[in-house]
Amino acid sequence: MSASAPASARPAGLRRQAEALASALPPLMAEARHLAATVQLGEHGRRLSGMGDEFWQYRPAHAGDEARAIDWRRSARSDAQFVREKEWQAAQSVHLWVDDARSMEFSGDPGRQSKADRARLLALALAVLLIRAGERVGLADPVAPPRSGEIQLLRLAQRFTAPAGAADFGAPEARAILTGSRAVFVSDFLGDPAPVEEALGRAADRGVAGVILQVLDPVEEAFPFDGRTVFESMGGTLRHETRKAGDLRDRYLERLAERKTRLAHVAATAGWLFGTHHTGDPAQVALLWLYQALRKERR
Amino acid sequence: MLILGPIGFTAPWLLWALAALPVLWFLLRAVPPAPVRRRFPGVALLLGLRDETRQADRTPWWLLLLRAAAVALLILGFAGPVLNPRVKAPGQGPLLVLTDGSWADARDWPERSGRIAAALDEAGRSGRPAALVSLTDPPAGGIGFAAAAEVAGRLPALQPAAWEPSPETMSKVASALPEGRFETLWLSDGLDRPGRGALAAALMAHGPLTAIESPRPIVALGASELRDGRLVVPVLRAETGVAAGARVIARGLDPAGIERELARSEVSFAAGADRAEAGFDLPPELRNRVTRFEVAGTATAGAVNLADDALRRRKIAIVTAAAAHEGLELLAPDHYLRQALAPTADLIGGTVGDVIKAAPDVIILADIARVPETDALTDWVEQGGLLLRFAGPRLAASDIGRDTLDPLLPVRLRAGGRSVGGTMSWGEPRALAPFAEGSPFFGLAIPSEVSVSAQVLAQPGPELAGATIAALADGTPLVTRRRIMDGEVVLFHVAANAEWSNLALSGLFVQMLERLAVSGAAVRPDAVDLAGTTWVPEKVLNGFGTLADAGELSGVSGERLAVPTPGPELPPGLYAAEGRRLAVNAIAPGRSLLPAAWPAGVAVEGMVMAEEAPLKGWALSAAISLFLLDILATLLLGGQIPGARRRSGQPRESGPGVGPEAGAGPGRGAGRGPGRGSGRGQVAGAAAAGFLLLAALLPGGARAAEDEAAIVRAAGNVVLAYVKTGDAGVDQVSEAGLWGLSEVLFARTSIEPVEPRGVDPETDELAVFSFLYWPVTATEKAPSPVAYAKLNRYLRNGGMILFDTRDADVARYGSASPEGRRLQALAAPLDIPPLEPLPKDHVLTRSFYLLQDFPGRFAGAPVWVEAAPVDAEQVEGMPFRNLNDNVTPVVIGGNDWASAWAVDDQGRAMFPVGRGLAGERQRELSYRFGVNLIMHVLTGNYKSDQVHVPALLERLGQ
Repeated sequence: MSASAPASARPAGLRRQAEALASALPPLMAEARHLAATVQLGEHGRRLSGMGDEFWQYRPAHAGDEARAIDWRRSARSDAQFVREKEWQAAQSVHLWVDDARSMEFSGDPGRQSKADRARLLALALAVLLIRAGERVGLADPVAPPRSGEIQLLRLAQRFTAPAGAADFGAPEARAILTGSRAVFVSDFLGDPAPVEEALGRAADRGVAGVILQVLDPVEEAFPFDGRTVFESMGGTLRHETRKAGDLRDRYLERLAERKTRLAHVAATAGWLFGTHHTGDPAQVALLWLYQALRKERR
Repeated sequence: MLILGPIGFTAPWLLWALAALPVLWFLLRAVPPAPVRRRFPGVALLLGLRDETRQADRTPWWLLLLRAAAVALLILGFAGPVLNPRVKAPGQGPLLVLTDGSWADARDWPERSGRIAAALDEAGRSGRPAALVSLTDPPAGGIGFAAAAEVAGRLPALQPAAWEPSPETMSKVASALPEGRFETLWLSDGLDRPGRGALAAALMAHGPLTAIESPRPIVALGASELRDGRLVVPVLRAETGVAAGARVIARGLDPAGIERELARSEVSFAAGADRAEAGFDLPPELRNRVTRFEVAGTATAGAVNLADDALRRRKIAIVTAAAAHEGLELLAPDHYLRQALAPTADLIGGTVGDVIKAAPDVIILADIARVPETDALTDWVEQGGLLLRFAGPRLAASDIGRDTLDPLLPVRLRAGGRSVGGTMSWGEPRALAPFAEGSPFFGLAIPSEVSVSAQVLAQPGPELAGATIAALADGTPLVTRRRIMDGEVVLFHVAANAEWSNLALSGLFVQMLERLAVSGAAVRPDAVDLAGTTWVPEKVLNGFGTLADAGELSGVSGERLAVPTPGPELPPGLYAAEGRRLAVNAIAPGRSLLPAAWPAGVAVEGMVMAEEAPLKGWALSAAISLFLLDILATLLLGGQIPGARRRSGQPRESGPGVGPEAGAGPGRGAGRGPGRGSGRGQVAGAAAAGFLLLAALLPGGARAAEDEAAIVRAAGNVVLAYVKTGDAGVDQVSEAGLWGLSEVLFARTSIEPVEPRGVDPETDELAVFSFLYWPVTATEKAPSPVAYAKLNRYLRNGGMILFDTRDADVARYGSASPEGRRLQALAAPLDIPPLEPLPKDHVLTRSFYLLQDFPGRFAGAPVWVEAAPVDAEQVEGMPFRNLNDNVTPVVIGGNDWASAWAVDDQGRAMFPVGRGLAGERQRELSYRFGVNLIMHVLTGNYKSDQVHVPALLERLGQ
């Protein structure tokens, strides 16, 4: 928060804007923490030997082991030398990408969260969970290098409350994702699927596994329209006119299902997981699913 | 002007625009409804989808029809449509307006005179001379045409008469018709009567005749009669086509002399019947009160039937010497009287004192010399009674009226009497002399066999001739009469049985009684009866069936009355002669109503002239309404009306965690939009309103039952009650205070009150409470007089009210505070005895606890109770005075006792009293005061009587 606090010399307008932005931070953080609190965590070992605090196993020392690695106390009880191995608890890097395109601003009902809000909330809550678990969390786009610690949460929240992008539909950016790390893409994936597939492919090439969460509004699932209608994208770049919107419903739903199948297929190919969440449903469900999915991904 | 049927157009050329409607059709068809713009991220998925059907891009046919109809209505509206356009060609020549002017016209007289005025106006505009003739009141000096405006000036004076035009009048009019051709407008009353055909023919000889008839049915009442004790009124009608109903009302004076509806009867005409009968089963008391019958809702003279004596059964008291007369019945002094009167009158018997109470029309004293109740009887006669006395042996033997005129005899009598034609006398029985003119019996035929053999004689005197109304052939008075104030006394100088005369055996006796209005004949007097009489009209009917005083109308001979067809010389009304009253009704007996038949060539028109009605406004309004509908329909088509777009068969996405929330959006509920959902919404709304109404009503009934249960509970227990002041806070404190007091009473005494109750003197029953606590607030509303009456009754019956001004902290001297002043105003209408500050020996000081101070939340203010009687003295040796025996009806103070008593739900005191232990002591004293007060209310002066205990004990000790 203090990072966004401007110096008093800055113009008043900027300051007001910044304060408005900053004011959104605590609620988002609080909400995310609240949401994260609903998920009970246990310490998760890697089930591999490696760097860590927990004892894993003793193994006979072999050539190449440093002398200081030998656990003398264990070795003294027998004739062989043993090395005390600890469980590998190396922190994982998780890259979040939350679509900030205009299409995410949609909400089918004034009383319902927009998709963007829900997506940010989920992402931040997930970050809370991960950081609490000792992982490092970063952003794929805009790039924020994965770090651990509470301060990183603030940084993430700040990024999430930054103004949305101008594009109608967003595409994930896989360049900044570290090799071998994990990634979470949250979007509605209603735009062109090709960039998604490309990013996914590139990530998979680098050994990045992850989760795709599609956040949709219930209206987008139901298509409850009728009559002569001109549909416009949120940014106004795309439009489609129909005489009878009701007739399009079945075909729209068909296409939506097709899109989901395609995403699921791509995800499966890349070794990712795919899930759909509706803003009409409680966020806990999605958060739990995300967390479980990430655990599964962590091998 | 173009005229199509009943509609004309002032600008018909505009109608050519209708030809452009098909063009509009095509134009409108091409323009689809405007689209809705929606932001929708899923549009990316929609790209490339084509509409399956092309139908929706055309406007649906019904919308087109709607729009075409709206435009057509616009065109029609601007073309100036007029309903019933007036295009009648004006008539030619003078105009004679003829109206029957009978009672049947009265049923729609305003329309008739309006129609006449319209006809005269029209004639005046076209400069035609006109004449106006009413057949019931034709002009005396022939019919002449005058300027229409002048004739119209006479129209307001024209009123329907209560009778119908007679054939003679009509022939007179026919003969008095002016020369030359003229047009005739005959406003017929719709009834056929002799002479009208001839008149119509005479009129048609002069020119075209137009008849105007009103479609309103004519209903009239025939002559009422008394049949088997039941009043029967025939109802007549002219139109016999369909079944119809009518309501006949019997009106009369109530005991207070105010005319009221006494009974009503529904009659129904069968189809084709011109007659029905309305029957009234009334007790004689009520029946005798009936003065007129009328058809409800019809104000014509024909629909009124006046009742006269024929309907009345008179109540006649016959008083005879009560001494057990064990002779033959035929010799009883009243036997023939009873025989003569029983068929037509209600007879009562008994002593004079008894029968006067029954308010008879006539009291007959048959051979009674003296009555003990002379004064009462004299009063009764003076107030209009008819006292009919018959002589007989007892009267002859007495000395009544010998020296001075007896107040209950018409003449002085001579001692003894005379007997003629007996065995011991010369001469023969005397016959009757013909009745003189002026006698009520004038005109009656005297049977030759009637003779008189004995009679009492009148003392000759100057007034005797005037008093005599019947005499014997030798001039001796036989019947004498004297008026006393409003009533009269009639004496038959013979006995009422056959001992002295065979008059009682003849029919003349009955006729004489009838003439004396003793026996009201159930039949109308016939021509013989009426011969020689003169009847004075008392009240006459006008054409609208309203009775008015006859004023200066001259009398009518009985011969004319014998033919009871009303006319100008015999207007319908009530006629009186010699104490009898006869009604002449607009409908003569035997008259039946027939609809008028017109000869061929007469144009018959309805009464109503079709008014020109411009339809432009209506057409344009309709067009605008259609356009509004069009807006709705367009919105509906465009899917912009929420609620209209959801269809029953809409596919729902299924799958776990994926489906949208069903119906989540606002505005999708039933009845929100004006589209298809609106009908259902209205029904649902109506149902909801009905349910609400029901829900509002139900508690009302439940409340009444609850109240009753509460009263029953209050009556069966001791309930401390407080008067609701309307100030919720004060009422709450009152209730809590009485709770606290009730609990103290329950704990310490044998009084076990149930929960206290708030009462409103306006509505609640007070009798079940023995104690009312009435906190006085400065703004309290005074009860209504009804409530004061209840409160006074409550106080009189032993209730007690504790008035508490609750201001003792600020006001020590009575009316200094606003509450005190309010208390004075409130208590002024109550029956409160003189008051005094509570004396030291008042029973309140010792009815349970011994107290000398009566604190509440405040202390020290005086408490006022009913003053002791002034003569109350303290007896030597007695600790207390023997004070008033009653419970004081009021206790007035300002110590705010309720606050001191008040406890909350947990039984804790709600308000602090005083400080510390002293305060608690004060609270305790206030409870003790409450206990003493309720004890006093419930036990009265019982404790006061304890003063006698020493004496009683002393006596017991002995």
